[in-house]
Amino acid sequence: MKLAIPDLSLVVLIGPSGAGKSTFARRHFRPTEVISSDTCRGMVSDDENDLDVSEEAFSLVRFIAGQRLGLGKLTVIDATSVDQASRAPLVALARQFHCLPVAIVLNLPAKVCQARNRERADRQFGAHVVRSQRLRVKQSLRGLQREGFRHVYVLDSEEAVDAAVVERQPLWNNRRHDHGPFDVIGDVHGCFDELAGLLALLGYAIECDEGDTEPAYRVTHPEGRRVVFLGDLVDRGPKIVDTLRLAMDMVASGVALCVPGNHETKLLKKLRGKDVKVNHGLAETLSQLEAAGEGFARRAATFIDGLVSHYVFDDGKLVTAHAGLKESMQGRGSGGVREFALYGETTGETDSYGLPVRFNWAAEYRGRATVVYGHTPVPEPEWLNNTICVDTGCVYGGSLTALRYPERATVSFAALREYCAPVRPLAAARPERSAQHASDDVLDMADVAGKRVLHTRLMKTLTVRAENAAAALEAMSRFAVAPQWLIYLPPTMSPSETSAVAGMLEHPNEAFEYFAREGVARVVCEEKHMGSRAVVIVCRSAEAAARRFGVTTGEAGLCYTRTGRRFFDDGALEAALLERVRTAMDTAGLWEELATDWVCLDCELMPWSAKAQELIRQQYAAVGSASRAALGESVAVLETALAAGREVGELLERFRTRAALADRYVESYQRYCWAVNGIDDYRLAPFHVMATEGAVHVDQDHLWHLGTIARLCEAGEGELLFATAHRVIELGDEASRAEGVAWWEALTAGGGEGMVVKPIDFVAKGKKGLVQPALKSRGREYLRIIYGAEYTLPGNLERLRERAVAGKRALALREFALGVEGLERFVAREPLRRVHECVFGVLALESEAIDPRL
Amino acid sequence: MLFTLRTTRAPASDLSYLLAKRPERVQSFALAFGQAVVFYPEVSDEACTAALVLDVDPVALVRKKGEARSLAQYVNDRPYAASSFLSVAIAQVFGSALQGRCRDRPELPDEALPLRAHLAVVACGGGSALLSRLFEPLGYAITAEPHPLDARHPEWGPGRYFSVTLEATKRVSELLSHLYVLIPVLDDEKHYWVGDDEVDKLVRHGGEWLPDHPERELITQRYLKHQKSLTREALGRLTAKETPDDPDEVEVAQGREEKTLERPLRLDDERRAAVVAALKAAGARRVLDLGCGEGKLLRALLEDRSFDKVVGVDVSHRALEVAADRLHLERLSPRQRERIGLLHGSLTYRDARLAGYDAAALVEVIEHLDPSRVPALERVVFEFARPPTVVLTTPNAEFNATFADLPAGRFRHKDHRFEWTRAEFEAWAAGVAARFGYAVSFAPVGAAHAVLGPPTQMAVFSRVDAEVAA
Repeated sequence: MKLAIPDLSLVVLIGPSGAGKSTFARRHFRPTEVISSDTCRGMVSDDENDLDVSEEAFSLVRFIAGQRLGLGKLTVIDATSVDQASRAPLVALARQFHCLPVAIVLNLPAKVCQARNRERADRQFGAHVVRSQRLRVKQSLRGLQREGFRHVYVLDSEEAVDAAVVERQPLWNNRRHDHGPFDVIGDVHGCFDELAGLLALLGYAIECDEGDTEPAYRVTHPEGRRVVFLGDLVDRGPKIVDTLRLAMDMVASGVALCVPGNHETKLLKKLRGKDVKVNHGLAETLSQLEAAGEGFARRAATFIDGLVSHYVFDDGKLVTAHAGLKESMQGRGSGGVREFALYGETTGETDSYGLPVRFNWAAEYRGRATVVYGHTPVPEPEWLNNTICVDTGCVYGGSLTALRYPERATVSFAALREYCAPVRPLAAARPERSAQHASDDVLDMADVAGKRVLHTRLMKTLTVRAENAAAALEAMSRFAVAPQWLIYLPPTMSPSETSAVAGMLEHPNEAFEYFAREGVARVVCEEKHMGSRAVVIVCRSAEAAARRFGVTTGEAGLCYTRTGRRFFDDGALEAALLERVRTAMDTAGLWEELATDWVCLDCELMPWSAKAQELIRQQYAAVGSASRAALGESVAVLETALAAGREVGELLERFRTRAALADRYVESYQRYCWAVNGIDDYRLAPFHVMATEGAVHVDQDHLWHLGTIARLCEAGEGELLFATAHRVIELGDEASRAEGVAWWEALTAGGGEGMVVKPIDFVAKGKKGLVQPALKSRGREYLRIIYGAEYTLPGNLERLRERAVAGKRALALREFALGVEGLERFVAREPLRRVHECVFGVLALESEAIDPRL
Repeated sequence: MLFTLRTTRAPASDLSYLLAKRPERVQSFALAFGQAVVFYPEVSDEACTAALVLDVDPVALVRKKGEARSLAQYVNDRPYAASSFLSVAIAQVFGSALQGRCRDRPELPDEALPLRAHLAVVACGGGSALLSRLFEPLGYAITAEPHPLDARHPEWGPGRYFSVTLEATKRVSELLSHLYVLIPVLDDEKHYWVGDDEVDKLVRHGGEWLPDHPERELITQRYLKHQKSLTREALGRLTAKETPDDPDEVEVAQGREEKTLERPLRLDDERRAAVVAALKAAGARRVLDLGCGEGKLLRALLEDRSFDKVVGVDVSHRALEVAADRLHLERLSPRQRERIGLLHGSLTYRDARLAGYDAAALVEVIEHLDPSRVPALERVVFEFARPPTVVLTTPNAEFNATFADLPAGRFRHKDHRFEWTRAEFEAWAAGVAARFGYAVSFAPVGAAHAVLGPPTQMAVFSRVDAEVAA
């Protein structure tokens, strides 16, 4: 006997002790699929036969089963389950997880069971036990279907048990192997002409063979595209029979798939003679069907009866259902799933038109699969959390809409007229803000808190620890700009390994060596500016900002720091800076060239003192002031002592050196400080055009970025915008490398910060995966600011050389991957929470304890 | 760090006996944090100067433990400014002089000499006024030469570094003990952990002069790094009489500013009482304290049996740790423990954990939010958490005019992003009530000014439950 079992089901073995349930389970299922009540007894009490721990053991059985079913794993319960009372919780569990309960009854003669029990030392209970269990099995047999088991298999003999073959069947809704492409069409409601028009628009060829008894349609698409109908083909509209015929023929020929709508279900009930309330819509269908003849109605009934509640396509990436489907129900089968797919969820309230108030499941949707649905007429299809409703109310005079998949574009065909007046007027024209923007106004704690595992394009999985997320929560809540603007945070940057050159902590050689080792042939060296990292987002207009970022503040851009704080306290100053960039974009023609009305630039903003004023006053200037005064006076006293004949020559030399280093320290930081009285005193050096509409420019090499920015700077008014000097170095060419070193020496001789070395490609992969996107080689004088005035003294430098860059590098890579991922998601118009989790992740990683001098 | 000590009492070279360091030699002493070198740049019968140069090793200073540090811990003024390092060096290098002993000339330590001490440089956040307050009562003539923060940037203002010269006729041991205690007091830092034995040191070196010093409280506080219990103990031992117990615990620096302004009003207590009363009046039993900080309101709510469950929420993990500590969560009985909960959360993120309470209190919280984030808070509280009652307090900006120390246009607290006038607050609250289906009433908190109104304003929101349409 073949036992057909759905892929995702809860199989309950039923039979008295000794019926061979465990042996059967072993033969037909994987050991991990079987949960044995005896094993659970053993787990909780060390005794597999202890009947006093039944409650604990079964609660463990149900717990394990629940975890497995939650994960979508077939599960077999190996217990006697001879009573309805013991089966009921299992059926309930299957319902809870929307999978099908299956009963397999091993209904063997008592003699066989007893004989087997006798062979086992631990089953020395009386014959009456088995007799009683067998009796209860017999009594159960008839009621199993009614208890809720969708399949019931009874094996009456040892031969039957031996001959049984378990056959797993995929659920009807499982079309994961089917990758499309599809055109998913919303509620047609008998609007045949519009359907034909839309199909033509989508490129389908429709041929009609008039035939002897009824016409037959042959629909094809030159590119092999197929249609998925979202149900509600019938009722209300003018050409219900034609619509059904076309859809049925398309499904029969394989050019279409169809899920049922609530209107089909109701029609089927009526056709099956059940008592349903016939409203105007249904009456229309019935009269049209009647005209088409008995045979057609039967054919329609069979068709509707065969429809599957929903489909899961394309490796689980696409789900279609009439009224949508939440994640926990996708790919599952239960009455609950079918109900949801047909009717959606209601709040239990009714509105002023007497219609049920629908619960907006899509607003809560967090699933990976794109869900395309209909059921609720909307003025225009709109994405919300990766779901889209394509019922654009054709029968009410709206239009018939298809979503092209995987293109994710919609195609609509306007209704030729209004066929039916809606009970509730369709929402007026498109609201000012998109549903997604409105939904994104408030992010959820559950999307950021705790330990998080993120999946990014550049790094497969990436973990953010709970304590880091906790640290980020405070920073994000108290100091960061509104999340709508915060689409990107730049990664930290590692220095090159400690230099082998005597007297140097950093040198370009090590950076070149690192990239060469990773198989990078060309690098670009960019002058490193000593200012503050700034992300600048500029929109072409306040309207563009509202449209794309969903902000309601009237702002048309902003400038924020690497920790997401607004850069300027002075709004006028920020506006002036943004306006300069905006005008430069205009003049350079970059809006058109990049086909965008917003841009996200990664920049350095100078002077350093503009943002770090307090830090400089309280730390750098303070150290400078204290050291110069203290060392200066010490030198003077030592000179007097020397003149008086004390043997302080060596000490004096040392203090003179220290005093000179203190002077150089002050010069080092002073270089990066100047007074700012207006926008013209600032310098903005963009170095990455991170993203524009539809594109994250990580596929462009750095020369494109620098070139584009050079044009922007050229077009800029005044001195604010300035291009970053750079050199391209061929790592395989010694002369080229030497040129790079010479350039760095020239830059740093004058006290410059140094340079940043990047692979020529924005994203470079090496032997061990992602390569550092950039390494910095900082100048000897500049490093005084970081390591202290006296770090170059012989005794000091040796000790400072022991520094480990590995931790910093691991962090830099993860932040880079997250930064890019956030932008990719933003550009793909994913919900804000998906962007925010990346940005939040970068901020969280920044709370890792890493030597701040690196 | 440089310290010189000069005398003009003839024969001045007696100073070398007092300091127990031979005048012609240059002597080095290895200390835990670097080198101390003592020498005499000037020795004659008329004048003698001893110099102590301290060469602190800046790299070793920070290469001890592996914990995370800020950059400021690597690059700082510690190797240069006179600090507890210098006190330690004085005690170790001039130990006998500090104690008033002299082996070769036992009579010398008891003699008061004309002395001039010079320190380069002293960090003194209080400016030269503090120097005078500390040293003048001890009889010193003081000269403080300020060092500019940055000569090229006078707009950055003056620094906190001075070269200081003190002149007086004193015993050497007396002067050294003054410096020993007061250098770290000026600096207001210690390079080592301050524990009980610091009290002993203070009593040993300050016992003679500190009890009569008008700034003894400030000196004791700063010397003991502001640890109140130690300060109380030291003051008690120094003055040998009880100081009244301060019931308030150490407040974190963040809150000091606002507290100082509002203290005379005891506004904090009044506010808390008003909020508790409003919550009780609403019949709330399960209450959220959103932005609970260190838990003062939570404690008040716990003390009142009419509240079954009290849950504090704060965005600062640190504040919650302090709250857990203050509420003695570890030591509560299981029944009491069940009444209290602490959640790390933010009011700008929707949070399922906040649903199902009778009331939420937001006491002096909203003004800490950027105005652009206020709409998110509105939805999180009034749309998603949606408790039947919301009690919200915030400063009344109009009242600020009564704070003499607060310049016009400034907020009461550095972290306040805005402060509302009564009209602004009431307009905002009415808007929220209308949008989210609440009724709102207002109440003043604290002694009100006739024209400017109360220091704190409070709104009580009551949910108007929508009828389910039939």
